[in-house]
Amino acid sequence: MTAKAPAADLMEKKKKPLGAGQIILIVSMLLFVLICTLPFINVLAISLSSKSAILRGAVSFWPVEYTPRAYEVIVQDPSMFRSLFFTVKITVIYTVLAMILTILYAFPLTMKRLKGRRFFMLFIVFTMYFSGGTIPIYLNVKELGLINNQWSLILPGLISTFNIIILKNFYQGIPYELNEAAYIDGATDFQILWRIYLPLSFSSMATLSLFYAVGKWNSFSDALYYITSRDLQPLQLKLYNLIKGGQSVEVAVMEGNANDLASSISQSIESATIIFATVPILVVYPFVQRYFVQGVTLGAVKG
Amino acid sequence: MEKGKRKPKFMVWLKRDWRLYAMLAIPFVWYLIFCYKPMTGVIIAFQKYSIFKGITGSKFVGFENFKFVFGMRDFGVSLVNTLWLNFLDLIFGFPMPIILAIMLNEMRTPRLKKFSQTMLYLPHFLSWVIIGGMVLKIFAPTSGVINASLLQFGLVDKNVPFLTDGHWWRFTYVLVGVWQNMGWGTIIYLAAITGLDLNLFEAAQIDGANKMQQIWHVTLPGIRSTIVVLLIMNIGRMMSIGFDRPYIIGNTIVKDYCDVISTFVYRVGITNSKFDRATAVGLFQSVIGLVLISVANAVSRLFDEQGIW
Repeated sequence: MTAKAPAADLMEKKKKPLGAGQIILIVSMLLFVLICTLPFINVLAISLSSKSAILRGAVSFWPVEYTPRAYEVIVQDPSMFRSLFFTVKITVIYTVLAMILTILYAFPLTMKRLKGRRFFMLFIVFTMYFSGGTIPIYLNVKELGLINNQWSLILPGLISTFNIIILKNFYQGIPYELNEAAYIDGATDFQILWRIYLPLSFSSMATLSLFYAVGKWNSFSDALYYITSRDLQPLQLKLYNLIKGGQSVEVAVMEGNANDLASSISQSIESATIIFATVPILVVYPFVQRYFVQGVTLGAVKG
Repeated sequence: MEKGKRKPKFMVWLKRDWRLYAMLAIPFVWYLIFCYKPMTGVIIAFQKYSIFKGITGSKFVGFENFKFVFGMRDFGVSLVNTLWLNFLDLIFGFPMPIILAIMLNEMRTPRLKKFSQTMLYLPHFLSWVIIGGMVLKIFAPTSGVINASLLQFGLVDKNVPFLTDGHWWRFTYVLVGVWQNMGWGTIIYLAAITGLDLNLFEAAQIDGANKMQQIWHVTLPGIRSTIVVLLIMNIGRMMSIGFDRPYIIGNTIVKDYCDVISTFVYRVGITNSKFDRATAVGLFQSVIGLVLISVANAVSRLFDEQGIW
């Protein structure tokens, strides 16, 4: 879909010639686009190249001595898929719970008649400025008995105060008269939330869900802190361990303690794993990108 | 609030709005358990903390832990590195989104513009583990594409130690940060530029201003307040640094360059279980950070008002 864009642009060029300034602009912009994409293409090429080609440094942006072996290794590794499914599961549970709690906090704060609104607002805003810090949070998780438990990846970072504020601001943009009319008609607050606010805020809720989901999908440090069991490794931690393992081999090669062969084997498998972990993001990215842009502007304009 | 009538009124509110309070209650409890309870945990920075005795049973030692960590060589190193890396990020990372946003705004080919935006935003969506993995491949000696090309074109005669020499490592760290954030950072500036009055550009055009002059005299002054506010906020965050990026791109060879406060706290606290000392470092960082951010907020509010006026 996106590949068509430059071609379509050529058509436009024929219709109305672009000035020299525009041409320079387009060329330099395409240069930036290349800078953003070439690293992926390089890693993809490495993942599909043979050991000796990688070792010679012959692989740039096209596979050299093509071989899909690295992918075969990954596909045959059941722990890789276990980790993938585990990450999907955690991300889904996390996103659903986070959205529920975010809505439950943002909605009452938009009700002008609610007493203590200011307190409830300050109560969360304070946490944006001050937090206990890594270690007290870690000890808290430990005391709750969540070390090596999947809930340690879900609960500690569940709510983002920033997202509550974005949603609250959006809710405040919904005409208050709707709310009052429903109230006079005898609707309860639950009904007002369910029948008026939720249907009217679909796109901003989509945005926030995506913020939560991508944040969780990409999160790494919580798993590093709280998870030591191999069965509960999310994809990012698994990938990290693989890469670091590979790097230590490379350092050993540099210091002359290991042979280059070990290094090159790990190189293609690591690259294939990087691609494996990136693909899910790449698949959903084109569809969700605009929601993210909306979210940033929502937060920037009003937050 | 009128103190005399407080209690009966409270009951009225509760009766009328109990549903709203019930909704608030669940996230409220979450905040208590996962935000406020750990805040009380900073007390252990002033204790000789024992995991068996807990916060209530451990001995109070005043500023002992602070004195100890301030005397540690690695603490000084990580503090300097934190400030240094954040400073470099600011110098090199801050202008890029502004430049790109202006370039995007000037593009007269909508589809190409959209395509460029999509590609430029992409790195923001990848985890640091993935980016770090790519960095290790691309900047590797001999086999990495950058070193291989530099050697092939004869620009260097031996491998550039992008990841194994301290100064080069800093360069790589900053470069990767700029790469990841330059596209995403444009969004906020693009929104600001879209909000500018088109008549201003027209007037400048009639007065004979060329594109460059329009950018310099209309676009940039128009987004000045946005730039200033973001700059101040960035300076306010100088003390805090993410964990993932330095930890993942870093390695033991350049540890005197890649060790920052967040990785230092992790190593002392979680790896070595010196909870009290690591908490002291964290508290020190939070307090300084809090002061910086408060000042930054106050200053930026000042500028914001000016911008509106």
